[in-house]
Amino acid sequence: MSMHRRTFLTGTAAAIAAGALSYPALAEDPIGVASIHDLSGGLDIYGKPMVDALTLAIEEANAAGGLLGRQLKLINYDTQSNMQLYTQFAQQAALKDKVAVVHGGITSASREVIRPVLDRFKTLYFYNTQYEGGVCDRNQFDTGVTPAQTVEKLVPYAMKKWGKKVYVVAADYNYGQITSQWVKKYVLENGGEVPSIDFFPLDVTNFGPTISKIQAAKPDFVWSALVGGAHISFYRQWAAAGMRASIPMASTTFAVGNEHIVLSPEECNGMLICYNYFQDLKNPVNEAFVASFHKRFGADYPNITELAMGTYQGFRLWAEAVKKAGSVDRMKVIEALETGISIDAPSGKVTIDPPTHHCVLDVHIAEVSDKKLKVLQDFAQQKPADTAAVCDLIKNPTDNQQYVIKI
Amino acid sequence: MDLVALLAIQVLYAVASLALISVGLAIIFGMMRVINLAHGEFLMLGGYAAIVATSHGISIWVAMLVVAPIVVGLIGIIVERAIIRFLYGRMIDTMLATWGLSLFLVGLTTAIFGNTTVGISAPLGSIQIGAYRTSAYTLFVIAIAIAVLGAIFAVMRWTRLGLIARGTMQNADMAAALGVNPPRVYAVTFGVGAALSGLAGAVLAPVSGVFPTIGVAYVAKSFITVIGGGAAILSGTVSASALFGTINQIATFVTTPVFGEVALLAAAIVLIRLLPQGITGRFFRRGL
Repeated sequence: MSMHRRTFLTGTAAAIAAGALSYPALAEDPIGVASIHDLSGGLDIYGKPMVDALTLAIEEANAAGGLLGRQLKLINYDTQSNMQLYTQFAQQAALKDKVAVVHGGITSASREVIRPVLDRFKTLYFYNTQYEGGVCDRNQFDTGVTPAQTVEKLVPYAMKKWGKKVYVVAADYNYGQITSQWVKKYVLENGGEVPSIDFFPLDVTNFGPTISKIQAAKPDFVWSALVGGAHISFYRQWAAAGMRASIPMASTTFAVGNEHIVLSPEECNGMLICYNYFQDLKNPVNEAFVASFHKRFGADYPNITELAMGTYQGFRLWAEAVKKAGSVDRMKVIEALETGISIDAPSGKVTIDPPTHHCVLDVHIAEVSDKKLKVLQDFAQQKPADTAAVCDLIKNPTDNQQYVIKI
Repeated sequence: MDLVALLAIQVLYAVASLALISVGLAIIFGMMRVINLAHGEFLMLGGYAAIVATSHGISIWVAMLVVAPIVVGLIGIIVERAIIRFLYGRMIDTMLATWGLSLFLVGLTTAIFGNTTVGISAPLGSIQIGAYRTSAYTLFVIAIAIAVLGAIFAVMRWTRLGLIARGTMQNADMAAALGVNPPRVYAVTFGVGAALSGLAGAVLAPVSGVFPTIGVAYVAKSFITVIGGGAAILSGTVSASALFGTINQIATFVTTPVFGEVALLAAAIVLIRLLPQGITGRFFRRGL
């Protein structure tokens, strides 16, 4: 990074101001952990389970004596599915609350809103959502799965089962646009074709013309990367038009917001998905986790989602790194994480991949079946190969951008 | 050929749903000159009324066609008695008051039902058109729209109630001199407008789901349709819905939903530029 006089001056001024204002933290001061998630509005279907998981993780850590002898304090911000609030709350978390780490951001749009803010104010950031991949930023760690881990597995699986012609419908912002390109790439690589990719703004609820268009294109299956509450009507209208029986569907987003519980089984049975975590995974760590989650939030909790687990694992990875570093200092924790910290999580072993700041983890293909997610096939320890192809933060620690796939 | 038939049904559906969501507003705005910014929330309340009634074991048809209009109609009458009646003739004040009402209703439903999308599955299954399939519910929405518009026409044209309503809207003082009680006519008209909005919201709930802020998606389109239609309530709503619905749906089919919306808005701007009084300012001037 080149240093100009002006950036040097602002940096120095900020450092002096920070020094003048801060006072030595007392040992008893709790460590602040910020949560910035949408708890209301169209994206709350994703945000609520994430915050529940983070709450549980922090309560567990505090019950075990906290970190470095200090208790942890969750500072919770509800961004109300509103992008402007992301900037505001990220600044507040970094400058007013001076938190040690921020966990948050759901849509890729919201991540790109807070990432530069947290970079500028030097606050460690964990983005715990499965997303389109490619973010390369030393200040950020990504615990969610990316297309090379999921789409790459699910595309050949679905093509083998159903056929080679794939129609893609996706949400109209960076997540949907980039993910649909990955889907296209893997479909082409497997000898298939993509007649069309259609994008929908998050508030579209009328999918009638699109459903006609899909019928006219006669694909072997449909791939959905639709996002949020309004887009659930696509699945309803698809089923109401009697299409579910004739054209099957695979998705990179379905069930992440518990759509499989909101919709009736007739509307979504048989859909294929691929994620890191499913509540029914059979391993002792997960069984203990599900038991304590149900004890905390009630046995009738609908389903512990992929994003909730991402958030839980993100917090656990950060806590491991703090223990290893013996400090909550940002650089020390980043360096500890970059040693390749690993945890035994409910989803299996999760390890930070140092060059990309993403995770090596297990993924599973599952099928929606009567409001449950039935695991069909397991893939152990998948690397974030998509981001790894473009990003190496060990060689270029100052790299700071999101790489986008080109076809 | 099958595809043309399917597309025709989609276009008819778009026209029908535009007419349904606009007709309540057309009555309240067209007849009473009240700009009801809480119109979208009336639709939203209709959706919730239907869903709550269905989940309490009431048949979905009764819930949509009877419960929702009655509930929202009563809410409309309460709103008219409590707020609107003090503000007749003060257009800006009514806008402010109904906007506040809209925020209040969004907040209230969020507090009661949460901010999550709820929905009911569309009844009726699907129908086969040649090689294609579409939802039979689409045809039901079209039928409901025709029935609603037909009923409004019949009431306005051939009943004493319709005559009194039209007379009061044209000249309240003269109507009062002839023995009509204008405040009651206003309250009933507002209630009917609200009830029709509730019906529309309920009928569309299985298609789009319901959440507290869904009104925002409806209110702009309703206003564009009503203003594009112009002074005559029925022929205005029908002609504007037909124009905008067709443009929107065909553009959506040929391109994407984004351009579909753009095409609709562009058409509305051109229309208002060419016909500042709306379609019925020039055509169908003698219509209802």
